[in-house]
Amino acid sequence: MIRLFAFLLLLIAAPVAAQDLLPPAPYAYTQLADPALEAKAQALMETLRCLKCQSQSIADSDAPMAGDMRNQVRERIAKGEQPEAIRQWLIERYGDYVTYTPQVRPLTAPLFAAPVVFLLVAGLLLRRRFRKTKAKA
Amino acid sequence: MSDNQTPAHVERSRDTATKRAGLWVWLPLALFVGFFVLVMFGLLRPADREVASAFIGKPLPAFDLRPAVPERAGLKTAEMATGKPKLLNVFASWCIPCAAESPQLAALAQQGVEIDGVAIRDRQEDVQRFLGQYGNPFARIGADDVSAVQLAIGSSGVPETFVIDGKGVIRHQHIGDIRAEDIPMILQKLREAGG
Repeated sequence: MIRLFAFLLLLIAAPVAAQDLLPPAPYAYTQLADPALEAKAQALMETLRCLKCQSQSIADSDAPMAGDMRNQVRERIAKGEQPEAIRQWLIERYGDYVTYTPQVRPLTAPLFAAPVVFLLVAGLLLRRRFRKTKAKA
Repeated sequence: MSDNQTPAHVERSRDTATKRAGLWVWLPLALFVGFFVLVMFGLLRPADREVASAFIGKPLPAFDLRPAVPERAGLKTAEMATGKPKLLNVFASWCIPCAAESPQLAALAQQGVEIDGVAIRDRQEDVQRFLGQYGNPFARIGADDVSAVQLAIGSSGVPETFVIDGKGVIRHQHIGDIRAEDIPMILQKLREAGG
């Protein structure tokens, strides 16, 4: 009897959580009606960092703030904004950290230049080597 | 003569060869030590998980929030540039550190600091209960139901407090709850924004 009572109490017990009680934003869990626009929004959301749960994208996260960010992205896409403009809008506010796609900056430029430099060096080395073999032959 | 010279020459080249090899032998160890130091540095340095707003020094973006509670007016960008520096506190009734910083906000309000609030994803009855329990230091409280203003000013959580100067330009961002020891710093930032 006591067990049943305790079980019934458990059913009505509301967990005390630091979580808001508002329903999610209109476009947090609702896709845009136009599949082409939704695909655009989805692609962008997968490359934006959730600021609450920092190793997830806003497309992956169920944090309320990620929901609000998805809402913001979908609304802007629906209004005809370009995904890159929305990304830049967020970078202006949160820095490069908010995007998962690497940005070319003075600090990151060597990373982008390195493959080209390696290719050039490899090309030079190969040319020298082939010339030597030709000279010998 | 030539018989003596040749071995000496070979000896010398062999010497330089071993010397050069001797240096190269240390290279992997040096690389390993460098790598180890880098890893330990990354491990032992506490990771900074706060995302600072990149919007410091920029004017507040345009917004017009409805009042979160009937007792206080809502929040409009135009009303923020009053010529006097003030605080913009991003809070929520469901946020526990926001309750923890309420005595500090009350102390600041008592010293004549104007504090405007933005309630993130909050219901009117919850904000009213929160203010009834922890006091109401706010001159105005806008309701931000979809975190639109929060995103527009580069705030990534609650509570956060922004120092806004008289022209409506964001001057400083305080991430997390304001503790008692932070009050002099906040007052200093307000003075700097006033000058």
